[in-house]
Amino acid sequence: MSGTQTGSGQEREPGPARMTGLAGRQARVVIVDDHAMFRSGVRQELGGSVTVVGEAADAPAAVAVIFAQRPDVVLLDVHLPGGGGVTVLREVLAREPEIRFLALSVSDAAEDVIGVIRAGARGYVTKAITGPELVAAIRRVGEGDAVFSPRLAGFVLDAFTGIDVAAIDEELDQITPREREVLRLIARGYQYKEVAKELFISVKTVETHVSAVLRKLQLSNRHQLTRWATERRLV
Amino acid sequence: MPKSSPQTRCVTIGHHPEHALNGVVARSGERTDDVLARSCDDLRVSSQPTAAAAPTRPAAAPADVSSPPAPGPAGRPTTRRVRRLRQDRLVAGVASGLGEHLGLSLLSVRVAFVALGTVAGFGVALYAALWVCVPLYRAETPSAPGLAAAERAGMRASARRFRVGDAGQLVAFGALALGLTLLVQTSAIGVNPVLFWPALVIGCGVLLIWRQGDDAAPTDHVSGARGSLPWRRRDVRDPDAPDTWSIDEPVRTSESAGVLDRSGARGPLRTHGWRSALRILAGGALVLGGLVTFVATSGRWGVVGDVLLGGLVAAVGIALIAGPWLLQTYRSLRLEREERILSQERADVAAHLHDSVLQTLALIQRQAQDPREVVRLARSQERDLRGWLYGQQQTPDSSLRAAFDRVAAEVEEEYGIPVEVVVVGDCSMNDHLQAVVQAAREALVNAAKHASADRTDVYVEVDERAVVAYVRDRGVGFDPVAVEEHRLGVRRSIVERMDRHGGRASVRSAAGEGTEVRLEMVRSRS
Repeated sequence: MSGTQTGSGQEREPGPARMTGLAGRQARVVIVDDHAMFRSGVRQELGGSVTVVGEAADAPAAVAVIFAQRPDVVLLDVHLPGGGGVTVLREVLAREPEIRFLALSVSDAAEDVIGVIRAGARGYVTKAITGPELVAAIRRVGEGDAVFSPRLAGFVLDAFTGIDVAAIDEELDQITPREREVLRLIARGYQYKEVAKELFISVKTVETHVSAVLRKLQLSNRHQLTRWATERRLV
Repeated sequence: MPKSSPQTRCVTIGHHPEHALNGVVARSGERTDDVLARSCDDLRVSSQPTAAAAPTRPAAAPADVSSPPAPGPAGRPTTRRVRRLRQDRLVAGVASGLGEHLGLSLLSVRVAFVALGTVAGFGVALYAALWVCVPLYRAETPSAPGLAAAERAGMRASARRFRVGDAGQLVAFGALALGLTLLVQTSAIGVNPVLFWPALVIGCGVLLIWRQGDDAAPTDHVSGARGSLPWRRRDVRDPDAPDTWSIDEPVRTSESAGVLDRSGARGPLRTHGWRSALRILAGGALVLGGLVTFVATSGRWGVVGDVLLGGLVAAVGIALIAGPWLLQTYRSLRLEREERILSQERADVAAHLHDSVLQTLALIQRQAQDPREVVRLARSQERDLRGWLYGQQQTPDSSLRAAFDRVAAEVEEEYGIPVEVVVVGDCSMNDHLQAVVQAAREALVNAAKHASADRTDVYVEVDERAVVAYVRDRGVGFDPVAVEEHRLGVRRSIVERMDRHGGRASVRSAAGEGTEVRLEMVRSRS
């Protein structure tokens, strides 16, 4: 069960300077999952910490509900009737790029994880995540940051490892040593504030690094990245 | 709220998953999807504690689950027709089938065939004719899908093994037939030896080839499905007794070896495919040798060319007339085979889900008072299903990734603390890396025992130079300087183990901040 980074999220005091995305109010959330039991479970767990404004059980319904409600954050199941989470991401982000997605799935297959991230999700957590961790992750995503679980960090490191750096001239196709350092610590189970302490940098800098990695992951059209994901299953 | 009733039901499920399967699934001719859906309904009913007015059970589900198997599926056809019985056969099952059909003892039918065989080979010809005409009997689905699946996966014993008596009888009959034949041949009524010996050789060749056809043709659909599902890969039954399995038992052909290619378990199977090819080759060689011998001894080389030409013309004619029809038959057979593979695979999936998930659900209900145990059960079931649904096809012990996954699973199982493993890169195992894995295991055990953390993270990074592993918990931690002397576990099994193999281990910990063990092993350049 991949945990997510809770530490610094809990630390923050709600203040106008920090709350760029949510501005101090509760995040408005849509839950998209084809299991009704799971939706109600999540709704219950989230309790009063966020405002659940809608639910959907398949991709078309999800798109409709999201356009109707315009939530801050969508909790999106990866495996979904009607084309999967990736379809929802594509259709929504084409029209409303400011809506943020947190992918939520039981699958931790590399192609699923990398797939939704590349389609535009700003984080990935597995369904075994605890309630408080999920609330923190939603808040983080709602504020425009990325949520990397150890597993996702591992996948990204894997994807960007083993390429001849000298042969690549595009900035998007490689991650900097510092970013690698941050990812490595996250993969080791460090929370953002622990990463910050370890590297003598601020939490904000850690978030900047993680967001940069996310951006590269989404924008890089390196063939290896997609091929890597598909090949992984055949190993 | 009475809670005892659902629990007692589940005890039945837990102890006898096979019965549960029989009760739920064994209605023949039903599609697997329906079965799945129906049994899911059953599941839902039996897991509702509110439906438990104990003495008067409203739903049929519990009765279904614990009832004995439905009256067996069609054991024998209603109209009695001769069929060859694979399970009693010495050569092709003709005698045993005939014996069963006529109500004669098997032995007397066999003796009759041998006796007739000595009369100018009449018995042999009769046997061959029956071999061709009488179909080989294959049982309709003999048991519930779950059981069949388990049997295919080698998780149940098959119905019948080879009996030593069979071999003895085969030898006896062979000796008897040979003796009688020689007796007849040496006497005046014998067949012309120029004809006889090549005929014998050709007969042996034909025997080999036909027998191979019997084994391979009707049954390889099962082997085709084998191995494509991960959980079955581990169990490969004794491949050395392919001729002696029960009626519908698969004979693994080279095709199954191909399917199994990825798993690395193909050694013995390939041997079998190779063996069947050898049989056909040997048979072909015998037939050809017999023909050549006949032509050579009869001294009529001149006719050979004419005969060959005639044969060729005939073959072309037959191909022109029957070709399209043969092709069509071949295609429809293929299609049917594919469908069969699919349905069997579906049945296996259903069986797997039933078996493992039902079992765990039952256990969870019984352990409901112990949250730790419930978590452990749920977690181990999750790992199982996850590996099955999304897992990578990896062979245990051959790769570092697999080794770490296994060690994590072991510790998790034993101590009930979730272990999250992230591996970047991979490489094959060797003794030094085994030391890293074992040291990491020790660190995990320490964390589980002493840290009282709610989970442990393992991170492994492999590059060309070295393997570095981190085991981290966010538990109570300790002061390394103060405690180091007492912690023999850490010293011996982690630090010294790594030292012995030329690696390095370091422990970072502070009271209240958790512990992180770092293990580094430089990869030998070989």
